[in-house]
Amino acid sequence: MTAAPALSVEGLSVEFRTRSGVVRALENVSFRVAKGETVALVGESGSGKSVTAYAVMGILDPAGRVAAGRAMLGDLDLLSAKPKELARVRGRKIGMIFQNPRTALNPIRPVGRQIADVLIRHGNVSRHAAPAHAVEMLRAVGITDPARRAKAYPFEMSGGMCQRVMIAIALAAKPSLLIADEPTTGLDVTTQAVIMDLINDLAKELGMATIFITHDLALAGQRSARIIVMHAGHVVENAPTADLFVNPRHPYTAELIAATPDSAASLDELAAIPGSLPDLRRADLPACRYSERCPRKIAACAQPLPLAAPGTARFVACWNPLPEQTVDAPTVSAA
Amino acid sequence: MTALLDIADVSKWFPAGAGPRAWARLKRRISGGVETLPKVYAVDDVSFAIGKGETVGLVGESGCGKSTLVRALTRLIDVSQGSVKLGTRELALKPARVFARDRDRARIQMVFQDAGESVNPRFTAFAAIADPLRRLRKLRGKALREKVETVASQCGLPLQLLSRFPHQLSGGQRARVGIARAIAVEPDLLVLDEPTAALDVSVQVVVLQLLQRLKREFGMSYLFVSHDLSVVRLLCDRVLVMYLGKIVESGPATEVFEHPLHPYTQALVAAVPRLHESGSKLRLTGEPRSPIDPDPNVCRFYGRCPHGTDACKLTMPALRAFSDRQVACHFAESFLKPARIAHEA
Repeated sequence: MTAAPALSVEGLSVEFRTRSGVVRALENVSFRVAKGETVALVGESGSGKSVTAYAVMGILDPAGRVAAGRAMLGDLDLLSAKPKELARVRGRKIGMIFQNPRTALNPIRPVGRQIADVLIRHGNVSRHAAPAHAVEMLRAVGITDPARRAKAYPFEMSGGMCQRVMIAIALAAKPSLLIADEPTTGLDVTTQAVIMDLINDLAKELGMATIFITHDLALAGQRSARIIVMHAGHVVENAPTADLFVNPRHPYTAELIAATPDSAASLDELAAIPGSLPDLRRADLPACRYSERCPRKIAACAQPLPLAAPGTARFVACWNPLPEQTVDAPTVSAA
Repeated sequence: MTALLDIADVSKWFPAGAGPRAWARLKRRISGGVETLPKVYAVDDVSFAIGKGETVGLVGESGCGKSTLVRALTRLIDVSQGSVKLGTRELALKPARVFARDRDRARIQMVFQDAGESVNPRFTAFAAIADPLRRLRKLRGKALREKVETVASQCGLPLQLLSRFPHQLSGGQRARVGIARAIAVEPDLLVLDEPTAALDVSVQVVVLQLLQRLKREFGMSYLFVSHDLSVVRLLCDRVLVMYLGKIVESGPATEVFEHPLHPYTQALVAAVPRLHESGSKLRLTGEPRSPIDPDPNVCRFYGRCPHGTDACKLTMPALRAFSDRQVACHFAESFLKPARIAHEA
């Protein structure tokens, strides 16, 4: 990563105030996304993947508060930017694809108009020319008969088509960063493959950096160059995709791979991850939030977690990581 | 192997059109018959059998009729045509409302997708598990409590959680409640509709292993509905692939996934993300054909199929047997050979 990153998140901490106490949802999350790179954020539900994206976009729930950290998009710190500045960036420089397209789209506005809205606001397209551009966008995301579909409402379209519309909206202003929050959850595998192809192709074409949030490790492995594994609001491992699968170093990553059905020949081979996410409201949260589930726990685990050195290709937040394999390791898939 | 459940030529169609029932009723009154209405062929002429102790997977995209088929054979809805036999007894003629109180109701049970939504939110875990026992086994008092506790511990649900409501339970615990209430009445056939779709991988493993253990312990048969092929491959002996209301391929799970013969199955398998290999480039384009009054002579997959020819528009391919598998495609032979050679190489 020699070029300046498209997005650089440093020491991001987010808290939510709830009636039953303060939830420390993110703690000291740091990562970089290079220009044109696709990075996947993976983890169980509740690990803080979406909160990270929402904090970067400045669309956290009102109960949420960024306690510390910076998110640099070029020279602009998204976390301390004024609402007006943010509004200029969102949609124009950062596009976002939300989970569940049916609820994210406006149900009472034809999809062509929704795309045109973005074009007028962020895309330097005149009010007059926008509808035609919107039809072109629909064609670009592979919707057949786009002129007719532009007049359709979201409820008249299938889930896959709604997701294509969302992609068209997110990419309307040709942003330099795309955040895709579980873009294919709830879609069929066949549709999922087509939608992911579309996102990958468009990202390549526009030279976009992409943050791809998913809980599907296999999908992340197939679609991204780098994987960031999150657990209970911490980044536990950040590694190039190929290295991560061949040689996971954080115990949690290894367990996550072992629990993925695809990796096993029979059900008995699959290993469940013991324990569950710690309650993030607790005052006595251990320094390593995985330590209570961890099979490799040692005394040193009570110290604050090691921090990422800037510019390193690989990062593990663990005092007792799995050994690094230096020789060309035999892959698990050899069987 | 004697079949536990044998369904033959089952079809289920729904009146299509403006939607409200009043509209259908009005049309019927004018024309004097339901035949004139357009129909959605949700399930079209499906036959298969589930043996005792067998696990059968049912896969297909959303809208292909999986859920309708499942609801028809669990007798939650009536079939339009065809026979559903449990052992030797014909169930298709019994209206669903009557079957709800039938002596065989307990023999077919169902685990629904997300127990958080399918369990009454005002029932505690105990009440949810006790409900079928009360209704179908007429258990009361101490016997009921004992049975609920036995089933809960069989499903790995800690007894102190029984007094909790669904929203106070985690996803994995809810899944256990859903399974516990289904197996409480000791069914012969358990129909599982995407039981792990709402769960994280770490929890999914535990639930799948629980299901496998229960199957070994009680000798139940499973019909496992899912769109996650990697899970189906692990859990199922045999798999049925459904496309637009029809079964397009069936056979032993490992064989079907390693050498799919139907073009739709091929696309389905190619689309599954794999941990250790990059995916194949076979992709489906376009949208499925309309299920409303489909042309009975055109292959349902025509239009999306990369191998479609004119022959596919002239005759609907029937299911044909290839040793222990069945495929509904005119060109199944041509896929048979290269697949086998590739495997040997």
